[in-house]
Amino acid sequence: MELLEIKELSKNYLTKKQVICAIKNINLLIKENQFIALVGPSGCGKSTILSIIGGLEKKSSGQINFMKKNLKVGYMFQEDALFPWLNVLDNCMLGLKIQNKETKENKKYVKTLLKKYGLSSFEKSYPKELSGGMRQRVALIRTLATKPDILLLDEPFSALDYQTRITVSDDVFKIIKQEKKTALMVSHDINEAISMADKVIVLSNRPSIIKNVYEIKMENKSTPSENRKNKKFNEYYNLIWKDLDHYES
Amino acid sequence: MKAKEEHKKYLKNIKWQNIKVITSQILIFIVFMVSWQILSDKGVINTFLCSSPKKVLETIISLYKSNDLLIHVWVTLKEILISFGLGSIIGIIFAAILWWSPFLSKVLDPYLTILNSLPKVSLGPIIIIWAGANQNSIILMALLISTISTIISVYVGFKHTNKTSIKLLKSFNANKFQIFIKAVLPYNINTIISSLKINLSMTFVGVIMGELLVSKQGLGYLINYGSQVFNTNLVIAGVVLLGILTSILYFLILFIENKLKKEW
Repeated sequence: MELLEIKELSKNYLTKKQVICAIKNINLLIKENQFIALVGPSGCGKSTILSIIGGLEKKSSGQINFMKKNLKVGYMFQEDALFPWLNVLDNCMLGLKIQNKETKENKKYVKTLLKKYGLSSFEKSYPKELSGGMRQRVALIRTLATKPDILLLDEPFSALDYQTRITVSDDVFKIIKQEKKTALMVSHDINEAISMADKVIVLSNRPSIIKNVYEIKMENKSTPSENRKNKKFNEYYNLIWKDLDHYES
Repeated sequence: MKAKEEHKKYLKNIKWQNIKVITSQILIFIVFMVSWQILSDKGVINTFLCSSPKKVLETIISLYKSNDLLIHVWVTLKEILISFGLGSIIGIIFAAILWWSPFLSKVLDPYLTILNSLPKVSLGPIIIIWAGANQNSIILMALLISTISTIISVYVGFKHTNKTSIKLLKSFNANKFQIFIKAVLPYNINTIISSLKINLSMTFVGVIMGELLVSKQGLGYLINYGSQVFNTNLVIAGVVLLGILTSILYFLILFIENKLKKEW
């Protein structure tokens, strides 16, 4: 089932001196349970697409059609943005509190999520007591708590060191798949995109247009860290690298 | 050397350093007081102009005996507490309003800058004309001095609240009030506390300035009166009492700060 359709989406940033065209004529169709990654050179406007879908920024032209009634989006950022004065449970309840949905059921749901993903003994801990990977998991559960239909992941692992990054992307991937969520991830890391996504969309330099789309098909597809060892992995890497390389200069 | 012994030695060294600092501090005080006393006893310095520790102490004791001491201290303390409380509340509310409305903050920016850099003493005479020669003038003076700097520093803190946190709340469809209560205010607890600390010393300046201009009671009055009748003992006693009062309030707010301050 299709969830979200983006048609001819464009966004201009206006400054006193000039009009900067960030993205131009982006078309995208997101199906349920799909994991789509957007890659592209830094500053090309990848995050802008997420901001517009998430309603944080206005589009200049084009259409965004939600195919499901009351479609809810959940955001996850590069910084975990956990509130240091709230404990893990309260941080996870933040979205529900703001939307006035702090019901017993929802609280129970959050607690099951925490338990399922190995954080239940940290419910009363404060963010500073957690490792970087655990913090990112808490951030994901905070987003999942409001039961979004689509997860928007904006470079969610960029702030982590290399090793944590690989284990956390495994964790996050597992959670997203188990909770049967649809995800749209922005990343500048080609490896990350190929290892996690079903579909990788390569964007060009500004003004961003869709340069290429790759369906990632691997035999025995499993966790992101295992996918990295797959035979086909390097093939995709080289293809995408070429797409990007050309525009980097 | 074993690690344990090394640690012991390290702790001992720290302790020794602390003792040295504190002893030196006390020593400076004693040497100053004693030489002041000796020099005035020997007639090297004129006690009529410079007083002496003994005379200052005697003045304070006689003030205490005539029941004047507590009245003057209490009047000043009351003025400080009222101005400090009002100034803090007004400052924080005003900062919140500026955060709320970027338009208003842009409009008021030059006026705040001018008011902040204007020496508020120059407004003293006009304040007395408007508010009368009474405590209202003193409190108004202190408010003028402390509030503007509170507004500016708290507003700057509010404005620099972590952007991602605000974005996160917006992604949950939070309204502006929720953003303020859930993120902006708790993020700035430390900023607010440190601006209150500055606010307190500003209030002191304002209150004493007001009391020097117009007052019938209070430590500022005592100092002013002392200088008018050429009683340096009284002037210096007033300054000493003021110093003690400031230190007490300062340590009080330091204590509150340690209780409230968050280490993230």
